[in-house]
Amino acid sequence: MKLPNKLGKFNGYGGKFAPEVLMPAIEGLEKAFGKFIRDSEFQEELDYYLREFAGRPTPLYYAKNLTEKTGGAKIYLKREDLVHGGAHKLNNTLGQALLAKKMGKKRIIAETGAGQHGVATAIAAAALGIKCEVYMGTEDIERQKLNVFRMQLMNAKVIPVSSGSCTLKDSINEAMRDWLTNVETTYYLIGSIVGPHPYPMMVREFQRVIGRETKKQILEKEDSLPNAIVACVGGGSNALGTFYEFLEDEVELIGVEAGGKGIKTGKHGATLCTGTDGVLHGTYSKLLQDRYGQIEISYSIAAGLDYPGVGPELSYLVKKGRIKVTSVTDDEALEAFKLLSQTEGIVPALESAHAIYHAVKIAEKMEKDQKIVVNLSGRGDKDVFVVAEALGVKL
Amino acid sequence: MKLKEKFKELKKRKEGALIGFITAGDPTPEDTIDIVNSLINGGVDIIELGLPFSDPIADGVVIQKASERSLKKGTNPDLFFEIAKKIEEIPKVCLTYYNLVLQRGLEKFVRDCSESGINGLIIPDLPIEEAMPLLNACDKYDTNLIFLVAPTTTEERLQKILNVSRGFLYVVSLLGVTGARRELSETVKPLLRKIKQISDKIPLAVGFGISKPEHIKEVLNAGADGAIVGSAFVRIIERNLNDKEGMLSELEEFTRELKKATRG
Repeated sequence: MKLPNKLGKFNGYGGKFAPEVLMPAIEGLEKAFGKFIRDSEFQEELDYYLREFAGRPTPLYYAKNLTEKTGGAKIYLKREDLVHGGAHKLNNTLGQALLAKKMGKKRIIAETGAGQHGVATAIAAAALGIKCEVYMGTEDIERQKLNVFRMQLMNAKVIPVSSGSCTLKDSINEAMRDWLTNVETTYYLIGSIVGPHPYPMMVREFQRVIGRETKKQILEKEDSLPNAIVACVGGGSNALGTFYEFLEDEVELIGVEAGGKGIKTGKHGATLCTGTDGVLHGTYSKLLQDRYGQIEISYSIAAGLDYPGVGPELSYLVKKGRIKVTSVTDDEALEAFKLLSQTEGIVPALESAHAIYHAVKIAEKMEKDQKIVVNLSGRGDKDVFVVAEALGVKL
Repeated sequence: MKLKEKFKELKKRKEGALIGFITAGDPTPEDTIDIVNSLINGGVDIIELGLPFSDPIADGVVIQKASERSLKKGTNPDLFFEIAKKIEEIPKVCLTYYNLVLQRGLEKFVRDCSESGINGLIIPDLPIEEAMPLLNACDKYDTNLIFLVAPTTTEERLQKILNVSRGFLYVVSLLGVTGARRELSETVKPLLRKIKQISDKIPLAVGFGISKPEHIKEVLNAGADGAIVGSAFVRIIERNLNDKEGMLSELEEFTRELKKATRG
């Protein structure tokens, strides 16, 4: 059966837990998405932007040096870091911004943690000529000044959020409050496969392009499917976008979450590995929460993995056993960050470095004729300050 | 006392209901009973107790801060029900977010409400589509699940919501979050009219942005049966964090002014 069902449920996960004020807008969005996703003119326009503007298709690159150094399975990198803006995020923001434009919305709002989704939204909004405002926690603004300025350069307004923990989850709260207030004129552009239905489905559909290309490319290069695909999981959009085309195939799918300072310390973002079921930000999924249901504060050196929730479809696929999950700590991710930079001349995003670390770890134990694909979801330029600090280097 | 009886009694007296919201445990769990008593002395008809959630998306900054103060002082659902039990002389409803209800277990949460004399539940992030399981639990323990309707609510949705609404209907006066506003939203009168055309069986209480006696008069004149005041009370608490006596007397005085406005 095709999921989600009409209520937006993936076998119990998902749904629409949103205030009544928003429900008519959510219904409207559902209808508009259903219409335009089947509309050939819309698809052509989106394809045009993905190709001519975002730089798709991205290469599937054989990481020869890394493979030789590891001495096991062949490691391929899906180069989402080469998408305009530096991450897979633009696939989604172009799709949704185009939808917003078709719906006649004059203003787009978004939340951002590290700033990658904010930047991708600012890019799409500028390209399509729509006003853009981005909510960002004061803590994150401080950590990611570069991205704040990038957004401002592209005419987006960055609104500081100083409630709660002053990070991503609070930016989502604040963006939802804005949407509640301006629902009639404003489009809320969510950056991951989270939020009330239809967002998890919609963002998945806009990110599926990663897996579609990967499948075609690996068949061209190897004439067979990979043995495993590895992707990092924050909210989960790059992972699900990569995995989705392979769900019916005999390919091992592995999501890598933020182990932070170690699962035992409680300072991590490993929601699928350690979380429990509950409702946050409009959807029923795995959460980091206390026994009463208060949301806990997540942690990761990679701001893009620093979220106490996760996409409901991933919760479902993990429960079903179709996707495996594991976690990688800050230190391990830093190790992989350096390793990929040194061996391949590719500086990965800290988020993607989590996936690299795990891929290398399992590649070692695999045969040389086996293949692993890692989704390199973003580039690491944004992280150089954080990494320098972690390595004790003064810039 | 049950909500139904209270609205009946008020109707007989030709009064509107003054529903006063405060966040339980704000500024500390020890203060809640005294604060509620000030509201009762001022003449409040129904107490709406907020059980604070870490991520209250439907609340404006005043109630967000109250939730943070309360959570910091250790308020949790166990303590919440203990406090609620001690408030006896007045109908009570609970406002919270769905995850706290889910984690306690729907039946257990509603049973705890019922056992502590809470006769209604307001869950701003639970739309009708997802409400069936909680509705069933509420029916079992004779507790009213109170739904919200907004200016954006379509007639089709309104019909569905009215079919299952119990206790009273929470009429959201504006598009936005909770918080005192200077002017009453223009959207509220047409909304009340729209609802009344479909059903006049359930009491209508208007909330969000109600902060003055004039607002109350206006909504009652427009056909509402009650008004909900929240952030304006919480603001008094916030302003007097270091002066409890001052806080309590100001709350009582403000309640009295608001209640006067319900007497037409």
